[in-house]
Amino acid sequence: MQANIVEAVNDALHTEMAADERVLVFGEDVAKSGGVFRATDELLDAFGSDRVVDTPLSEIAIVGGATGLAMYGYRPVAEIQFSGFLPPAFDQLVTNASRIRWRTRGELSASMVVRMPYGAGVRALEHHSESLEGSYAHVPGLRVVAPSTPADTKGLLTSAIRDPDPVLFMEPKRLYRSFREDVPEGDYTVPLDEAVVRTEGSDVTVIAWGAMMPPTLEATENLDADAEVIDLRTISPMDTETVVESVQKTGRAVVVHEGPRSGGVGSDIVACINDEALMYLEAPVERVTGFDTPVPLLSMEDYYFPHPPQIRASIERALSV
Amino acid sequence: MCTDSLDFDLPSVLLVAKDNVQRRMANKRSTDPPIPPEPAEYGGEVKYLSQSNVDVPTHQLVTPDGTYEKDAIPALDPESFRDLYRWMVTSRVFNRRMVQMQRRGELGTFGSNRGQEASIVGSAYTLQPDDWMFLGRAWTAMFIRGVSMTDMILFWRGLEAAQRSFAEHNSQIAISIGSHLPLATGTAWGIDIEGEDTVSMAYFGDGATSTGGTHEALNLAGALELPVLFFCQNNQYAISMPFSKQTKATTIAQKALAYGIDAIRVDGQDVLAVYDAVANAREHVRRGEPVFVESVTYRLDAHTTSDDPTRYRDEEEEAAWEENDPIERYQSFLEAEDLWSGIDHDAVVAEAEDEFDAALRTANEFEERSIDDVFRYVYEKLPPELQRQLAEYKALLEERPEMYDYIEQRPKG
Repeated sequence: MQANIVEAVNDALHTEMAADERVLVFGEDVAKSGGVFRATDELLDAFGSDRVVDTPLSEIAIVGGATGLAMYGYRPVAEIQFSGFLPPAFDQLVTNASRIRWRTRGELSASMVVRMPYGAGVRALEHHSESLEGSYAHVPGLRVVAPSTPADTKGLLTSAIRDPDPVLFMEPKRLYRSFREDVPEGDYTVPLDEAVVRTEGSDVTVIAWGAMMPPTLEATENLDADAEVIDLRTISPMDTETVVESVQKTGRAVVVHEGPRSGGVGSDIVACINDEALMYLEAPVERVTGFDTPVPLLSMEDYYFPHPPQIRASIERALSV
Repeated sequence: MCTDSLDFDLPSVLLVAKDNVQRRMANKRSTDPPIPPEPAEYGGEVKYLSQSNVDVPTHQLVTPDGTYEKDAIPALDPESFRDLYRWMVTSRVFNRRMVQMQRRGELGTFGSNRGQEASIVGSAYTLQPDDWMFLGRAWTAMFIRGVSMTDMILFWRGLEAAQRSFAEHNSQIAISIGSHLPLATGTAWGIDIEGEDTVSMAYFGDGATSTGGTHEALNLAGALELPVLFFCQNNQYAISMPFSKQTKATTIAQKALAYGIDAIRVDGQDVLAVYDAVANAREHVRRGEPVFVESVTYRLDAHTTSDDPTRYRDEEEEAAWEENDPIERYQSFLEAEDLWSGIDHDAVVAEAEDEFDAALRTANEFEERSIDDVFRYVYEKLPPELQRQLAEYKALLEERPEMYDYIEQRPKG
């Protein structure tokens, strides 16, 4: 079927709820209204109010409640309406969800997913535009995933729901309805913890994920060199092998992410390249990122996140050395 | 740190706070139960405490059909009575114009508060200029303190400059639900330490009372006896969630009791009752007794312009609340009091429309800004790393003017 990213989310939820009655979907405005982005549309009619639940406005209880349900044996898929509203619930991810398996020495676990739209560019209000995957990736025991295509969205979300450990699933909302592609119907998974090479090349490695994939791919079109573009997909734990192998081949690397530069995931990628591929490098590794500032309100938000000419400038700089 | 006493070293700036805390500890209210509490009686069955034991009255001065008792009406001068009406109409006109502008693409996402005029105006009218005000949907309250329509348009167009003006008027809009209640408690703490004759007030909705931050703010305010007024507009919906499903509590007002905070429940469609309740509450708050007010009202429009209420509520309900109109009810009161003769309704509307037109013209003159604006207020001084990021970006814009193919500045929304 042809689907965009938000329809792929809906299809993955629908398919998994039908396949496994332990899967529950809840969050603010997800049931009757079908979610503010319609990601959970029609799930209430299909599966009833015991499995698709509108919760009170309570992020801490949504994430902590999901953790408890998961410990009990259910497979909750909780929605946080916008990633900017996760911070109060960060406590539950850090304090409980990420550590249940570790704390109970494997006696209990938290097979759960927290879905949330992230990123700038949709002309929304304050706290609706952040990309803080760098902060979440810093939590041991928590998986952080960010798809960039409809097919990957379905496959990765399905894997996340089935995964025995907690997954923070960051959906690039600027891409929700930006394009459609063929998405396999029914049972379809894409493995977690594995990056994918989107375009093969031998001259420079460009690493991105989520909402940064389309501008990154656009930046490598008509380049006077062959870029290898890697979509990280799972941000933590990171598939460093795919990154390192590519850089060992190309000798040059550019990392692109929307979130702030300092403490960003890009810093980790540069470090792992230094660990495993320093002697292969022909040029310093470039980072193209958001600023170490809050995301501007809608009148200037376009300045914040990387665009193709900016990514291209860094690629050309890496190639020029 | 957990300690039973306050015998630890404090920087001198906090010694005043310590004195105040110790004074409070020494002056426990006489109504406080002894610790540990003695059982009143022995034996018998287990007794439950239930919300059904609590009688929560709703304060109302003017009924929906316009009936009122003259003696109960607040003693305002005729001009103040008319002022309340003008502010309500101004608020309604502004909302209507903003929704129209958003539909024409001249505004970002917009959150209308149509229907809540009595609740917002009646409460805000009691405040003094030095009172702190933290707002959610009640942003039209800022007009009463002198915030311009221009700045309000700029805010909804996503121009940070507007928020400086809000702050100059001791006001802030909180977008993250409930996040501002601890700020109200904290500023009230400052007021308390300084001994200022002013209060801090937080506006929030029924949804916010489900967040943890709200409850922590209430408890701290009660525990430290701080001059903070919590004003909850129960407008029946948090996006699609009706109040009946937001909580098992029959009223929001009763939630304050758990923190030892006194509460008032008021008919939020009755501007005089709201004014009366909040003016009364503010007197208590000034004395260091936090008060919680639940104002029962209704969000007539969508949550924001991106929301479609037809998905979760029926037209009958909306129509019933349209009927329960706060402005019409107040008009009937003004007519009965012979105050209406001093008001030309059409002129009030025309004046608000003209003010909006002028504000829009000024807002439309707002120029595009430079990238410096994004960096300017992150810290007091721009750290070297941020200076570097700014310089690099400016150089990039010079070198790659095609960047502007991807960057749209939207000073007009």
